[in-house]
Amino acid sequence: MEALYARDVYGKTLVELGRKDHDIVVLDADLSGSTRTIVFGKEFPERFVNFGVAEQNMMAAAAGLASCGKIVFASTFAMFATARVLDQVRNSICYNNFNVKIVATHAGLTVGEDGASHQALEDVNFLRAIPNMKIIVPCDAKEARSAVIAAYQTKGPFYIRLGRSKTNVLEDKKDFVLGKGYTFGGQSRGDVAIIACGIMVEQALLAAGKLKNKGISATVANIHTIKPIDADFIVELARNHEALLICEEHQAIGGLYSAVCEVLASRFPRRAVSVAVNDSFGQSGSPKELLEFYGLTADSIAAKTEELLREQD
Amino acid sequence: MARPEEKIKLLKSKANQMRKLIVRMLAKAASGHPGGSLSSADIIAALYFSVMRHDPRDPCWGDRDRFHLSKGHCCPALYAALSLCGYFPEEKLLTLRALGSMLQGHPDRKVPGVEVASGSLGQGLSISVGMSLAAKMDKKDWRVYCLMGDGELQEGNIWEAAMSAAHFKLDNLCGIVDFNRFQIDGRTEAVMNLEPLVNKWEAFGWHVMECDGHNIEELLGAFDKAKFIKLKPTVIIAHTVKGKGVSFMEHVVDFHGRAPTEQERDIALAELADIEKDEEKL
Repeated sequence: MEALYARDVYGKTLVELGRKDHDIVVLDADLSGSTRTIVFGKEFPERFVNFGVAEQNMMAAAAGLASCGKIVFASTFAMFATARVLDQVRNSICYNNFNVKIVATHAGLTVGEDGASHQALEDVNFLRAIPNMKIIVPCDAKEARSAVIAAYQTKGPFYIRLGRSKTNVLEDKKDFVLGKGYTFGGQSRGDVAIIACGIMVEQALLAAGKLKNKGISATVANIHTIKPIDADFIVELARNHEALLICEEHQAIGGLYSAVCEVLASRFPRRAVSVAVNDSFGQSGSPKELLEFYGLTADSIAAKTEELLREQD
Repeated sequence: MARPEEKIKLLKSKANQMRKLIVRMLAKAASGHPGGSLSSADIIAALYFSVMRHDPRDPCWGDRDRFHLSKGHCCPALYAALSLCGYFPEEKLLTLRALGSMLQGHPDRKVPGVEVASGSLGQGLSISVGMSLAAKMDKKDWRVYCLMGDGELQEGNIWEAAMSAAHFKLDNLCGIVDFNRFQIDGRTEAVMNLEPLVNKWEAFGWHVMECDGHNIEELLGAFDKAKFIKLKPTVIIAHTVKGKGVSFMEHVVDFHGRAPTEQERDIALAELADIEKDEEKL
């Protein structure tokens, strides 16, 4: 299986788009080497702006550039692209419905050794409540590319959440359609629907394999677009499965789990169980160690699924 | 560099008309910010009726100069100028702050002539930096004017923007500080001292000018000079009087965020009418 950095693909996709469209402007805040926006900066120095360690200035300036017709991609780490600049994103970008695409890297626990201060686990929650904002959490580098292109093609503000680590490119993905979830392997019914986003999609697929060996049929659903959430798809999954598990590399509060539960509560009341970080900060460690420590692994998903099915029996 | 007397007289008259509209719309809305709206009226009049290149019949004209009201709470002054320019009918002004009105309590892009919404302080200079960068990227000669309050200079975001405007050599950017020395909680020097303000901007790499923010001739002179400053942004520290033009509002902190009553409105309008008559006699 091929493994890629989503941020590498992001940098390359920016260059590709930038060659075709001269209105694309890319901004960064002293992390262009890490976010890979530097690749665009090298090819189009006149359309690349480094704001230094000043994210608030970058985000409000992004709004100013967008007001003049620019399509702006603004990047930094997820921690600094959301919490630190929330007011600028809300009032300067989203309220004006400007064409600003925030593509954040180094989201989640898998930042690893940098520890809790750099592990954005609340970013989706922060931005989800803001009108006009669309949120995508791609499951791999290829889907990240599709997400970036979709954001470019769709007017208005976006938040695209990428990780730091190299991840496997998943097979059998469906073509990316903004706002549409899908299942793997054409499966639409089963004992459990494991709904996931980001790097947890791969863990969900691995968990489904483990469960199959135990005679449990699991449908794996990828909901890459957290907002607008694919409500019809969620209701279908709930209708066709005994149990529902929602997996994300984020706090259980405010992310995919919340988005799914909001749909269920209003349209198809059902129990749903979360596999996520449970109201705690992260810590230093290798990405693998951290995912294990916080229970964001295939084994943990499989175990929770079995427990849930036993409880619901 | 004396300007033709006629032009100065016209701009003074426009500023006075703006003040009357500000008082009327705020009294009707029964809420809003008269103090800073009145202190910034002459600055905005100079920009909209002389300095800026713009076309009310084509608010989205690509080559227009951009104005951004970073101190968004003083939008009554901007709305008055826009309506006097012909961006929208004057009757609309009396819908200020009413449900469904395009004239929101703080600027919104629904209003023809408003480039970017504002209201949360400290972000406007960054927005203007973005606009100035866009003009530079496109090799356009339009300019960007950003009107800031003095209180909002206490926001850290302003100084991030200031540092970057100098770094990017944005000589197409002109900031104006409406330095009326009051903020909601009292005098700026008591709440959070801004001085030495000129030195701060200079230290951040800006060309700094000071002027009487109620003297049209001085304002026009400063804006004119700013156009010739190259390779650095300019800021005009405009010394103003909070509540300027209405005797009982001048230097009164209470009128930062309290609208005049109907009775106060009538007294204010009578005073402003007298000022206009005096001006005409001169």
